[in-house]
Amino acid sequence: MSKRRVVITGMGIICPVGLSVSEAWDNILKGYSGIASLTNINTKGQSVTFGGSVKNFKVTDYLRLKDAKKMDTFIHYGMAASIQAIEDSGIEVTEKNACRIGVAIGAGIGGLGTIEKTADLFREKGAGRISPFFVPSSIINMISGNLSIKYGLKGPNFAITTACTTGTHNIGNASRLIEYNDADVMIAGGAEMSTTNCGLGGFAAARALSTRNDDPISASRPWDKDRDGFVLGDGAGVIVLEEFEHAKARGAKIYAQVSGYGMSADAYHITLPSKGGEGAARCMQNAMKNSGINVDEINYINAHGTSTLVGDQAETDAVKLAFKEQHAYNIVISSTKSMTGHLLGASGGIEAIFTTLAIQDQVVPPTINIINQDPNCDLDYCANEAREMTINHAISNSFGFGGTNGSIVLSRI
Amino acid sequence: MSIEQRVKKVVAEQLDVSGDVDNNASFVDDLGADSLDTVELVMSLEDEFECEIPDDQAENITNVQQAIDYVSNL
Repeated sequence: MSKRRVVITGMGIICPVGLSVSEAWDNILKGYSGIASLTNINTKGQSVTFGGSVKNFKVTDYLRLKDAKKMDTFIHYGMAASIQAIEDSGIEVTEKNACRIGVAIGAGIGGLGTIEKTADLFREKGAGRISPFFVPSSIINMISGNLSIKYGLKGPNFAITTACTTGTHNIGNASRLIEYNDADVMIAGGAEMSTTNCGLGGFAAARALSTRNDDPISASRPWDKDRDGFVLGDGAGVIVLEEFEHAKARGAKIYAQVSGYGMSADAYHITLPSKGGEGAARCMQNAMKNSGINVDEINYINAHGTSTLVGDQAETDAVKLAFKEQHAYNIVISSTKSMTGHLLGASGGIEAIFTTLAIQDQVVPPTINIINQDPNCDLDYCANEAREMTINHAISNSFGFGGTNGSIVLSRI
Repeated sequence: MSIEQRVKKVVAEQLDVSGDVDNNASFVDDLGADSLDTVELVMSLEDEFECEIPDDQAENITNVQQAIDYVSNL
């Protein structure tokens, strides 16, 4: 069986630098940071007091209040990004095609805020006050569930949960379903809302977060020698994946092709990357092998690049390992997390979008806040300024707690 | 605010009803509630009127007037 081609025909985004694809991309190219002191929670007693919040989002722009009340905020973000993506694609759901359209949207953590509030309520007032909507408003597959109900999407419906690799794994595996003829269209991506008391406190306790409380805008600084951890961010990124002939037949606009997908596990440590970026390198190699593209044809990598000491080093080493030293220096790499923060399960979703737009506009978004580049991280990270260049093939990387890795290869169409 | 007004306010908030809430409106048939909505509605009435409505009695509260009657007789 020859592989069916998969293309991207719609995109939607809710993130710290914008509430639409055009707004977010415009801000990303300008190097605008969406990081600030958190105002959605009381950060008293927290060692970290800032993050990448979604600003000025109105859920009623997308959902009836009655329905929105039965969903945690991560579902609101996921639904909003999905609705944008579906509208952008122009796909019409009919009785004939409904069973061929599916959803794969995950989250790293899910309805943490709702879980925290419900636990408080339980302690205060007992089990009798737990809302019947507690479970369906908190669990991770409820973006996929609610979206299928809203649009009547009767194809495959699931939500992969793999920490920070969630978005990429959902997109990659959704693409495989289209390749293998299980669906013609998949709505795929990730969402997250984890800047809650326990989310922020938990990542801070793991010493994963930057503590640059006095200067949030410069806190996410991948590959800078003074980087001190990642910045927690909220939002969602969702794309419409479609079989190429299906998209062509309905005259859809096609942004890019998903030409390869790879996965791997570090089998090393619950939070640290494997030594020398060995697991990440195998992941990129698997994606390259799946794409059939030569390693020297990759022009751009939208890195995982979270701004942690060990993670940024491991990814640098991994690129050198996967692409051999010579070509590693030719590839332009950037981390849009320097502006959005780390959206955990949503990061693979929004970064697939930024990678797609980089290919479409032939411009690499910058890595901001590289003030003193770490001499041990010596690749081209597109420091501080966007750069116009030819991009035929690009990779988007995601690596998560548990040592779970995912890479997709996107190509110009 | 009278009991009737308070009940109608809770119903309007919980079921997202705009405009007047009719006394004879059925939660499920007229106001679009599903089984989970009605569970939460009863919980909201319990909060508003600081009472406990046992499940076997909650089952008999299916429209606005029945809710008004129930809390009026507490």
